[in-house]
Amino acid sequence: MANYETHEHDVIVVGAGGAGLRAAIEVSAQGLSVGLVCKSLLGKAHTVMAEGGIAAALANVDPQDGWQTHFRDTMRGGKMLNNWRMAQLHAQEAPDRVRELERWGAVFDRTKDGRILQRAFGGHKWKRLCHVGDRTGLEMIRTLQDQGVHQGITVYMECTISKLLKDGDKISGAFGYFREDGRYVLFKTKAVVLATGGVGKIYSVTSNSWEYTSDGQGLAYEAGADLIDMEFVQFHPTGMVWPPGVRGLLVTEGVRGEGGILRNSKGERFMFKYLPEATKNDYAATEEEAKEWVEATIHGKKSEARRPPELSTRDNVARAIYIENKEGRGSPHGGVFLDISYQDSERVKKKLPSMYHQFKELADVDITEGPMEVGPTCHYIMGGIRVEADSAQTRVPGLFAAGECAGGMHGSNRLGGNSLSDLVVFGRRAGLGASTYAKSVSGQPSINDSDINLAIEELEAPFNREGKNPYDVAKHMNSIMDAYVGIFREQKDMETGVAKLEELKKDVANVAVKGGKAYNPGWHLCRDLKNMMVAAEAIARSALSRPESRGAHSRLDFPDTDNGKWSTVNTSVYKDGDEMKLEHTPLPVMPDELKELFEEKEKAHA
Amino acid sequence: MTTSPTVENAAHSGRTARTDNWWASPLMVALGFLAFIIYATYRAFENNYYEVNQYLSPFYSPKLIFDWWHFSPALLILWVPAGFRATCYYYRKAYYRAYFLTPPACGVVGTQGSSYCGETKFPWVLQNLHRYFFYAAAIVLLILWYDAIISFKTPDGHFSVSLLSLVMVLNCVLLSGYTFGCHAYRHLCGGALNCFSSNEQAKTRFKVWQFVTRLNEHHMGWAWASLFSVGFTDFFVSQVARGNMGPIPFF
Amino acid sequence: MRKATLKVFRGDKNGGDYTKYEVPVEEGMVVLDAIHYIQAKDAPDLAVRWNCKAAKCGSCSAEVNGKPSLMCKTRMDRFEDGEEIQVQPVKTFPIIKDLVTDVSWNYEVNKKIKGFSPPQDDNEWIIYQEDIDRVQEFRKCIECFLCQDVCHVLRDHDRKDAFMGPRFLVRTAGLEMHPKDTANRMKYLKDEGHIGFCNITKCCSEVCPEDIHITDNAIIPLKERVVDEFYDPVAKIFKSIFGGKK
Repeated sequence: MANYETHEHDVIVVGAGGAGLRAAIEVSAQGLSVGLVCKSLLGKAHTVMAEGGIAAALANVDPQDGWQTHFRDTMRGGKMLNNWRMAQLHAQEAPDRVRELERWGAVFDRTKDGRILQRAFGGHKWKRLCHVGDRTGLEMIRTLQDQGVHQGITVYMECTISKLLKDGDKISGAFGYFREDGRYVLFKTKAVVLATGGVGKIYSVTSNSWEYTSDGQGLAYEAGADLIDMEFVQFHPTGMVWPPGVRGLLVTEGVRGEGGILRNSKGERFMFKYLPEATKNDYAATEEEAKEWVEATIHGKKSEARRPPELSTRDNVARAIYIENKEGRGSPHGGVFLDISYQDSERVKKKLPSMYHQFKELADVDITEGPMEVGPTCHYIMGGIRVEADSAQTRVPGLFAAGECAGGMHGSNRLGGNSLSDLVVFGRRAGLGASTYAKSVSGQPSINDSDINLAIEELEAPFNREGKNPYDVAKHMNSIMDAYVGIFREQKDMETGVAKLEELKKDVANVAVKGGKAYNPGWHLCRDLKNMMVAAEAIARSALSRPESRGAHSRLDFPDTDNGKWSTVNTSVYKDGDEMKLEHTPLPVMPDELKELFEEKEKAHA
Repeated sequence: MTTSPTVENAAHSGRTARTDNWWASPLMVALGFLAFIIYATYRAFENNYYEVNQYLSPFYSPKLIFDWWHFSPALLILWVPAGFRATCYYYRKAYYRAYFLTPPACGVVGTQGSSYCGETKFPWVLQNLHRYFFYAAAIVLLILWYDAIISFKTPDGHFSVSLLSLVMVLNCVLLSGYTFGCHAYRHLCGGALNCFSSNEQAKTRFKVWQFVTRLNEHHMGWAWASLFSVGFTDFFVSQVARGNMGPIPFF
Repeated sequence: MRKATLKVFRGDKNGGDYTKYEVPVEEGMVVLDAIHYIQAKDAPDLAVRWNCKAAKCGSCSAEVNGKPSLMCKTRMDRFEDGEEIQVQPVKTFPIIKDLVTDVSWNYEVNKKIKGFSPPQDDNEWIIYQEDIDRVQEFRKCIECFLCQDVCHVLRDHDRKDAFMGPRFLVRTAGLEMHPKDTANRMKYLKDEGHIGFCNITKCCSEVCPEDIHITDNAIIPLKERVVDEFYDPVAKIFKSIFGGKK
């Protein structure tokens, strides 16, 4: 049997993005020994991609703001499917976490009077996003990284956890390998915090990095935790689909705000057709009127013209692009054309500098010269591991989760800016929860040798069999998810999708790879595929089980939101033998004083 | 060149894998400096043709004539601009690359080995005295401005504008842009502060710092332009002094 | 379709060689795309480090035709038809495998720098934008370590024993110029980080994908601060009379 090295900590944190780092800092501050395990180098986590900012009701710019309003916005954004307690804790604690980041060295943009500047963002009633230009995530990662390093956290870089170990029903360790040379490692621990991020890599077009392979969701699922709300996957309507160098990268809504026009392969400006009846009168009826609005906006003039149809809501734009493609009018690479090049190029460069430079540098696409090819790109998953709000503990004793891999906080749709605040609020809580738990455990729980042997066998298997290339299998999974469980869903499609995924499981269980164990990405993908499979299946089954449209879950066959049963339950999946079991569990009930926040609001509107 | 233990590994061997003309830039710098140094040395020792009527060559200003000094007066003053430029952060980059090959270009092996210790030992540690050369160069610059301004007045007291006077003024403008865009000055005038808004004095220094920063961004351009202009001004004066040409007066 | 030939280093610290791969060139393709193509088609075990593929994480550092670059930012149309594109791991750090190197030394250096040290107060901080513009430039750093790779002190002279390198001079500058920081790292810079090893030849600034003016805005100002403290008796006297911040 292969050798492995052993490390012992009170708490192991898996994942070193915003949530993982914050959790590790908290554990260390509680005086416990913590090991931070990350799949990449420290400081490279996907958190660095977050641009907009971190939402916190500091009320620096809009003094009317307060946690209640932030809470209400978050719940409304999530179409009331959020875990109310998480949303409440999040809104209440986010300002403290932002101030804490500043004390640790984060350098936020400032207001004229020297306070932390906040910007407006979709779904937030007041200006609420603290930011650093368009690199807020990087600032946060670097701040937490340095704080953690100077606090003496032990970091295990480029280390992947493949199995959580239990002593009875309690967490007792984590097993994995180092990418560098493929050597195995056992972490003996009393508690594990999962903070591994999202699942974007199960779709072919995603703004997510290779790391987003549902690791935490997969590990927790295998360990007996349940995943909730997995049907809610957020797609951004305009990601680049071509050229490949920038595939998946987001094209900000600002491009449409500045007058960007969407056209199909026939050159038709199709958005006019897709305006919902209810809001149709808010948008221009003709190209001339839309043009007038753009002209007026550019020259800062007043005009009676209404907004162009491209400025419809995200889900609506995404739906339109989807249908155009489904009916064969898409662009050559499965998107549509977004054109801002008809405008004066100097103006475009001035108004959208980062867009212009990013695409010019990364792919030699000059957005002032010709149209872009855009389509929906997988961006974020609201669902994830079910946790208890205050402590972030899953239903497995000693297992905690925070950040994107945890579910509940965002309900059926996440507001921009709420993810960074989610990371630090619940990262800290998970760290605290894990510390409290670890302190209550006497002695190091025991490790079962046969578990380790199984874990090693599983990792070695791809070298010892004939099977498919893991990259091909991943691609196949992407195509299934794109085609049958994508942004718009129908019963028939999803049933096909579930069946195809069921078949694909065999391929996943039999992927094979050549070469050695040292830094072999093909080998790594073999194990990642298993986690991706959990997410893919969970999304497909959960989506199939919810016969309504809500937030990011859009059913073509059930276009309306149901105010009855489906507004009161979460979808939950968990492992039962070798099967994925699905249940609908009641939402936690919001206390009356919080319910009043919504009633008051409605009274005010009436 | 010392090539003690080579720093090579399995994936890297040879001087560089670069495929472009990386040697062109250091070569041009080396030749440019060499040309100037030869010309300036010759002129400094020539001890003649540096003054004609109201025109004084910048190589010989201020004119320091003493009984005890039997050599060219230029040598008494040229150490100031020479020292200022030799310790200048831009020139250091240029000559370390062009003459010392540490490194000749980015990603290109010049010298190797672990005996390197940069500017921590004598004589290179003296580069830290750049700011003192700055102080001295600023005084010399003031004098050059004075020379340029009085060159508009002929020996018989008339006001006259000549091409040579304009060249002298232009030279002073370029020298000022170079001198006051100096990295050391940028630090002294405000860069040393950690907070620009703490009091009125800091706010003023911040404004100066912002201006110096704008000059500093083009320090290399100012360095070359003023090097050329100072040489050309001297050349012009010497030609007039030799009688090869006149100062080309306009009125 | 146009094809490009990539000469990719395959091997580890014990040796290796260059393997040629043909890759179809698509519009807007970058070198990292070509590497991914090779991985998916020809060599699933080709080791490469990458994360965001959008020039924001700084993972995919390598040397393309001898130039330290982010592979995700190096476009294929930069090369001429028929030109062989050589892709090497960065030179300055020990090879792990193929294009991946062991950059852990950087993390060790970082630990030695005294962290952010604000005053212990509970007031809301009032800081004006003009006071942090400099610091924000330094904090753009994505830690791709290309500056460390290209720095000849580390690259050709292998003085990792003594010199902290441009990346960590940038980090120190960000701390030193922070209006709320109270620590003084000058002695460390001079005697342990050996800022004097830098001969300001500016290759770090040339390769920085974030366009941080590493030399002009971080290293030289720090060198001048070190001069204030150790090489300028006049300034020292001046400071002792009028008082300095730190």
